[in-house]
Amino acid sequence: MIPKRSIERVGKLATGACAAVATVLVITLIFMVAQHGLATFTVDGISPSGFFFGTTWNPHQTDDAGSPLMGALPMIAGSFAVTLLSCLFVLPFAIGSAVFVVEIAPGFGRKVLQPVVELLVGIPSVVFGLIGLTVIVPWVRGWAGGTGYGVFSASLVLAVMVLPTVTSLAIDAIASVPDSYREGSYGLGCVRWQTIWNVVLRSAAPGLMTAVILGMTRAFGEALAVQMVIGNAAAMPMSLFTPATTLTSVLTMGMGNEAMGTVYNDALWSLALVLLLMSLAFILIVHLIARKGARSNG
Amino acid sequence: MADTVAAHIKKARTQDRIATGILIATAGVICALLAAIIIYILVSGASKVFDPAFLTGKPQQFQAGGGIGPELFNSFYLLLLTLIISTPLSLGAAVFLVEYAPDNVATRTVKTAIEVLSSLPSIVVGLFGFLFFVLTLGWGFSIISGALALTMFNIPILVRVIQQALEAVPSDQRDAGLALGLTRWETTVHILIPAAIPAVVTGIILSAGRVFGEAAALIYTAGQSAPVLDFSNFNLASMSCPWNIWRPAETLAVHIWKINSEGVVPDLTAVSNGTAAVLLLCVLAFNLLARFLGRRLSKKLAAE
Repeated sequence: MIPKRSIERVGKLATGACAAVATVLVITLIFMVAQHGLATFTVDGISPSGFFFGTTWNPHQTDDAGSPLMGALPMIAGSFAVTLLSCLFVLPFAIGSAVFVVEIAPGFGRKVLQPVVELLVGIPSVVFGLIGLTVIVPWVRGWAGGTGYGVFSASLVLAVMVLPTVTSLAIDAIASVPDSYREGSYGLGCVRWQTIWNVVLRSAAPGLMTAVILGMTRAFGEALAVQMVIGNAAAMPMSLFTPATTLTSVLTMGMGNEAMGTVYNDALWSLALVLLLMSLAFILIVHLIARKGARSNG
Repeated sequence: MADTVAAHIKKARTQDRIATGILIATAGVICALLAAIIIYILVSGASKVFDPAFLTGKPQQFQAGGGIGPELFNSFYLLLLTLIISTPLSLGAAVFLVEYAPDNVATRTVKTAIEVLSSLPSIVVGLFGFLFFVLTLGWGFSIISGALALTMFNIPILVRVIQQALEAVPSDQRDAGLALGLTRWETTVHILIPAAIPAVVTGIILSAGRVFGEAAALIYTAGQSAPVLDFSNFNLASMSCPWNIWRPAETLAVHIWKINSEGVVPDLTAVSNGTAAVLLLCVLAFNLLARFLGRRLSKKLAAE
């Protein structure tokens, strides 16, 4: 018979090893992406200011001083543009339907709408890209002219894609508002809408913001659905209806074409590093909101 | 005075009615939109979904009538391998975090790392897989590289689900096990995990739906080509052996992306709509299966 103490030690070691493997993988990922991403600046000697604020992305050509034209601002601006615009589209619908599910029609909402929304969280993003390509792009082309590809189409596709995620998190946020708050408001003579507007939405605000930011994280990092409909032109997104590009799209298209270690390839890794840092920033914001929410609720 | 109060009440009631109307309309729009998406995909791909030649045929690059046989198989095979690798790993990590983790720097690092992993864009995970598994370890575009990239994508989802399932087990059960002289490990294996099984199984199947439709993490790890498979070939080193984990393997989701970005297949719309419908049906099936199995298991365990 094996002594209990050693069973216990083996169990602790085995599960600890699993946790360690996951952690080491993440640290390796951050380290390797950072190593390749920083090589652009340390090894290839590209100036960070030219990289982050330059507006011409044409790494195979060089400027007068002989350094490659690598301005990543069009991608960075494109990524932010599609993320913010899709957020604007999503926000009213997600919060509106979450309020509907929790406050107006809990029966129908909880039994029908919520399960359907949760089901849709799982739809693969390429399917949304395909819908964008076959439905949204021709539709936008029809009334806005041009090619139909661009920031507007991409934002619409992203909005539909993150809508289920944001709605389902918003439902959780609104449902977690204690009923005593609602009763207090009704007791003071407020009607339902006044209760929703002044009490429920206000106390659910940190949760709703977290929902929106998690939606933004998904939108910012989405690669294929955006790449299929944005038109992939490395130009500053000056119009919503002309082809533009994002960090993820350039990575998706470019990585396979360049050998490792070339300046262009290093520049792509710098873009990946920007993506990585942005998603870290999003987590940080979620944590700050949670901390602030916990403080204001005592 | 009474007049202004009456006017105020009237105003509040009208506002309430208008707001309720707008909220109902919003929910209606959402319902219509979600239903339209599913119906659109299923209807536009319907002619292909029930066509055995499409489901089993080999893909064509320059002529019409290509199928998705290898892609369909690759998707399921990759999913299976991913679950085989990621389930024990996530179970171990979750048990560690819930049952053993001391409150120290190491534990906080593990928690942060898993959270970071959950928020990473899947393309970044895919690029890391390309850098590490495909190039550094020299495994090339292969099923094993793809399965490991998907494992990284899947770990945070599974760890969270299993953690929640373990935490939801009433602490009486844990205390009872420990009070009977069981070690923490025995309590976990014999009491906590069986009690958490329904939620864990549901979580695994739901994550399977996510993994099944993932494409961005795969285009640079499992690759974008699907060698023709010969199911009578059991030579594990051969490119046409379906079970060879060193061959490249394009999945359904990658197939949709690739044929649309190349745009050379003549019946592009038909093939991609058909593939999307098959993909969607599989994902929906995973979701329904998760709900069904979760309910079934918890009923069975509760009855005992």
